[in-house]
Amino acid sequence: MTIDTIKMRRLSESLAEGEVRGRSLWADARKRFMKNKAAVAGVIMLVLVTAYAFLGDYVAAYTYDFKDFAIMGHAAETGAPSWSNGHYFGVDNDGRDMFAVTAQGTRISLMVGIVGTVIAVIVGTIYGAVSGYAGGRTDGIMMRIVDILLSIPFMFVIILLLVMFGRSISMLFAGIGLLSWLNMARIVRGQTLSLKNKEYIEAARATGVPAWKIILRHVVPNLLGIVAVYATLLVPDMILTESFISFLGLGVQAPMTSLGALISDGAKTMQYGTIWALLVPLFFFVVTMFAFYFIGDGLRDALDPKDR
Amino acid sequence: MFAYIVKRIAVAIPTLLILIIISFLLMHAAPGGPFTSEKKYPAQVLANLNEKYGLDQPLWKQMATYVWNIVRHFDFGPSFVYKDRTVNEVIAQGFPVTLVYGSISFVVATIVGIALGAVAALKQNTWVDYLAVGISIGAQVLPSFVIAPILVLVFTLWLGWLPGGGWEHGEVRYVIMPVIALSTAYMASIARITRSSMLEVLTSNHIRTARAKGLPEWKVILRHTLKPAMLPVVSYLGPAFVTMITGSVVVDMYFSTGGIGRSFVDAALNRDYSVMMGVTILVGALTIFFNLVVDILYAWIDPKIRY
Amino acid sequence: MNRRLLLSTVLVAALAGPVFAANPQPGETLSDNRSYTFRELDAIKTLDPGLNADVEGSDVLRALFEGLYNEDSDGNLVPGVATSYDLSDDKTTYTFHLRPEAKWSNGDPVTAQDFVYAWQRLADPALASEYAWYLELGQIVNAAEVTAGKVKPDQLGVKAVDDHTFEVKLIAPLPYFPKLVTNASLFPVHKATIDKFGADWTKPGNLVSNGAYVLKDHILGEKIVMERNKNYWDDAHTFMDTVTGVTINDENAGLTRFLAGEVDRTDVPAGQYPQLKEKYPDMATSTPYSCSYTYVINLTDKGNKALQDVRVRKALSYAVDRDIIVNNVLQGGQKPAYNWTHWAVNGFKMPDIDYSHWTQAERNDKAKALLAEAGYGPDKPLTIQLNYNTSEAHQKIASAIAQMWKQTLGVDLVLNNLEWKVHTDRMQSQDFEMARYAWCGDYNEASTYLDLLASYSGNNNGKYSNPDYDKLMKDAKTAADPNADYTKAEEILATDMPIIPIYHYAKVDMIQPDIKGLPQNNVQQSWYAKDIYRVAK
Repeated sequence: MTIDTIKMRRLSESLAEGEVRGRSLWADARKRFMKNKAAVAGVIMLVLVTAYAFLGDYVAAYTYDFKDFAIMGHAAETGAPSWSNGHYFGVDNDGRDMFAVTAQGTRISLMVGIVGTVIAVIVGTIYGAVSGYAGGRTDGIMMRIVDILLSIPFMFVIILLLVMFGRSISMLFAGIGLLSWLNMARIVRGQTLSLKNKEYIEAARATGVPAWKIILRHVVPNLLGIVAVYATLLVPDMILTESFISFLGLGVQAPMTSLGALISDGAKTMQYGTIWALLVPLFFFVVTMFAFYFIGDGLRDALDPKDR
Repeated sequence: MFAYIVKRIAVAIPTLLILIIISFLLMHAAPGGPFTSEKKYPAQVLANLNEKYGLDQPLWKQMATYVWNIVRHFDFGPSFVYKDRTVNEVIAQGFPVTLVYGSISFVVATIVGIALGAVAALKQNTWVDYLAVGISIGAQVLPSFVIAPILVLVFTLWLGWLPGGGWEHGEVRYVIMPVIALSTAYMASIARITRSSMLEVLTSNHIRTARAKGLPEWKVILRHTLKPAMLPVVSYLGPAFVTMITGSVVVDMYFSTGGIGRSFVDAALNRDYSVMMGVTILVGALTIFFNLVVDILYAWIDPKIRY
Repeated sequence: MNRRLLLSTVLVAALAGPVFAANPQPGETLSDNRSYTFRELDAIKTLDPGLNADVEGSDVLRALFEGLYNEDSDGNLVPGVATSYDLSDDKTTYTFHLRPEAKWSNGDPVTAQDFVYAWQRLADPALASEYAWYLELGQIVNAAEVTAGKVKPDQLGVKAVDDHTFEVKLIAPLPYFPKLVTNASLFPVHKATIDKFGADWTKPGNLVSNGAYVLKDHILGEKIVMERNKNYWDDAHTFMDTVTGVTINDENAGLTRFLAGEVDRTDVPAGQYPQLKEKYPDMATSTPYSCSYTYVINLTDKGNKALQDVRVRKALSYAVDRDIIVNNVLQGGQKPAYNWTHWAVNGFKMPDIDYSHWTQAERNDKAKALLAEAGYGPDKPLTIQLNYNTSEAHQKIASAIAQMWKQTLGVDLVLNNLEWKVHTDRMQSQDFEMARYAWCGDYNEASTYLDLLASYSGNNNGKYSNPDYDKLMKDAKTAADPNADYTKAEEILATDMPIIPIYHYAKVDMIQPDIKGLPQNNVQQSWYAKDIYRVAK
């Protein structure tokens, strides 16, 4: 877990203080966020990387599943990045055009990161909110389940899942999502507990609004801040997890690839003179990670009014 | 406190059982078995194998026998693939190796990480801080499967300083590279957590009071800042310790250490059912145990927390 | 009355002179460094010859144990524990004469009883060996019955006539039977040790072996160390004092450590041979290796309907540019394959296969025509699923072929990268359309390949069936010249195209230049540690 718990805690304390006063908190936050240079740089980097990932195919002179047989096998001598032959980022040992293949790999990595996070957010928020709002016995049991699941070595379960159902993107999403909602649920539950006794919620309860409506209307919106921050910081975690799975050879199916798979291939062959096959995907990987960290940190600072 | 510990241990047993059941079912649901081979064996040969290893029994019975043998004799069965070894032997050989390089990595990561984080916090917004933050994010995002081959290339092939792999009962030269490869990412996380935790404590009231009382700065830092700042670090260290001592696939792969990190992946791919279960149970039990240790430590550091 | 056959007389005569194991050439001076280190991909699974089932285990077992016969550098039989054998007139009884000086590492003599025990143990269902079928392959009397538990192991057709005479009875004549006895599963084992230690008998310190080396240390995932066996009968001609196998999973890491001088032999990663050959001409080697790489087509109803049409299968096969696969993808001295049996297999005569002489342009034209004839084209596109197991090399080949088929034929090949066990499981239950398959010869004769495609073979995963082919394979068992039948069988395969041959393997290695005595032309790639020596630089 790479997420900084201390700042999260402080953020949740200040966010729990009052009901979100509609627009103003978010408006203030945006102002503060825009002042944060690192965060803005993160947004710009992320926009550029995303643009490359989704539009790179239109610029690339080759498709990602194309093998250049003329260069394959001589990549060290003739595969270096070049404008003249259209291989802007060079060709790797498999004869793949690094520009096209990295764009495609970045796309997969971003998708894995974001879909995994969305799963974590949805499951974790609902679970945590229900548990925290219900309280008492239900809360105890639900949290005990989370504790039990947290002590299962999840990397093992992901490997088992991929081995059992065969590799596929959906299985990867499911596996990674499975791994990540637990901490989300814990944070959300804590937040819900402190929200629960606020006057506006008690008022709603007193007027007979059903529990699910209170959760959806009053609890969840007030959780948004902390969930948003946590989610942003979760994305790089997901991408890292996926890269490790790819390294084990259990990642997405060829001819598709991911940044993790490309880096793993590149690292294995770096001693043969095709260093660009490592550096290109590694560059996009590092930039993506930095971007998410910066945005996450910026978002957290921006949403925390006390942090002045 | 004591009652709490007893309660936690009581929960640990059903947790382990659930873990065993999940893994057992998933494992047996996977296509192919330990004796699936490119050259298909005649039916009779397969039947003999299945009988010898009890795979001809119904699944629930296999599972019951398995659990019973563990409870009764602490016997995790024979390996299905390493035919002249038992699971206990496989673990007894591999686990000490990972325990050694994992613990050293843990100590290194903790010391370097806390030092780096503390320095960054004390020199907030100076170049020292930026450098430290840069290093820690960089170290965190660089996958160990990139670091490991680079280390071998540099220290073994180019400089010729260190052997490229092997273990030799933990001789120092063989331990250095595995430790670097394993500790880097953890060191980075610890540094980042320490930094922000220190920053929070440094701006808090009781530090201001301490300073106002005219205590020397080093005393303020050592006595009043570090200890409270360690809370989130400790909660990170517990699970990190377990992951580190149960080894790393990357380290075992690149440095031929013979540790247990690779055993699980190998066992899963080879369908070595018993080794896979053994490693899963080991890791599960360690995780549960160290989560408990962390909670107790937590209570010790922060007496306000009561269970 | 047994009569010594011409064949065995010639064999014995050729070997009548003293047999040197490590055999330095004139002008070579030996090094003081008497240790040899090699890379192994995975940990050795077992050191019990009866339980071993893989190539790496066999490599180590050949150093620790010695069977009736060994192989020389060219793959010919040379005496091991046996010095000669007689064959009865009906060609079903082999009598091996064992050398009296052969000893176990604890000093006990190696006797015919040790072989009897080892072979009976291999067949015994109580041991449940994965290689029990090997005795059946050897047509030994009662082998199948013992494994099935129908008769007791002592009914197996093997007998110790006296301490140094070992007799084997076969159900039917099998011309290549002597070639089978070099397999590790048929090595002798020491009964007293097994009785004493049970399952622990292969642990360092317990293991008693009869080969040139004894076990010193065996650590999973790290290494295996073997030391000279002072009691080995030919110890005087053994050079290396220690032989060490180091587990290095990643072949690129293996190469780095080879270049750093830590190992004496390692595999060359796919595609790196030309570069390494240029840089280290005295280290990079490529020698033929008896394995063939193909795509098997599922001919049952569970397969792809389009592939039931021989024209489609031929079109696909023709459109594979094998030269690109071997020259650009693999680049390690592999040969393009247009047939099933490896080209270098002993005695095999390559059939005259028409499309092997064509240029790729001609093949492509023919392929397009055939596919159009079968009714597939732009308005009726063809999509095929290909299963292969996880490996960088398989992936490279599959995506290269996908591109060839796409460009030449407009056929879409969907790649299914499956984990090894899943791949094998699906293949063996005919749950595939087309699947990568490679076969390595169990012995140096074409039938090890061709038997596989007979309709009655358990490994015929595509369920190819042609009565003419089956008949040829059955006739070959007793034919005076089975190789003529093998050639005809290959011609049938080229017409029916039940598999798409892709390439014939080569073993591509980096070997330190001062290491000598590794086999040069042995397509089985079996090496014997006792033959290896190191020259002074």
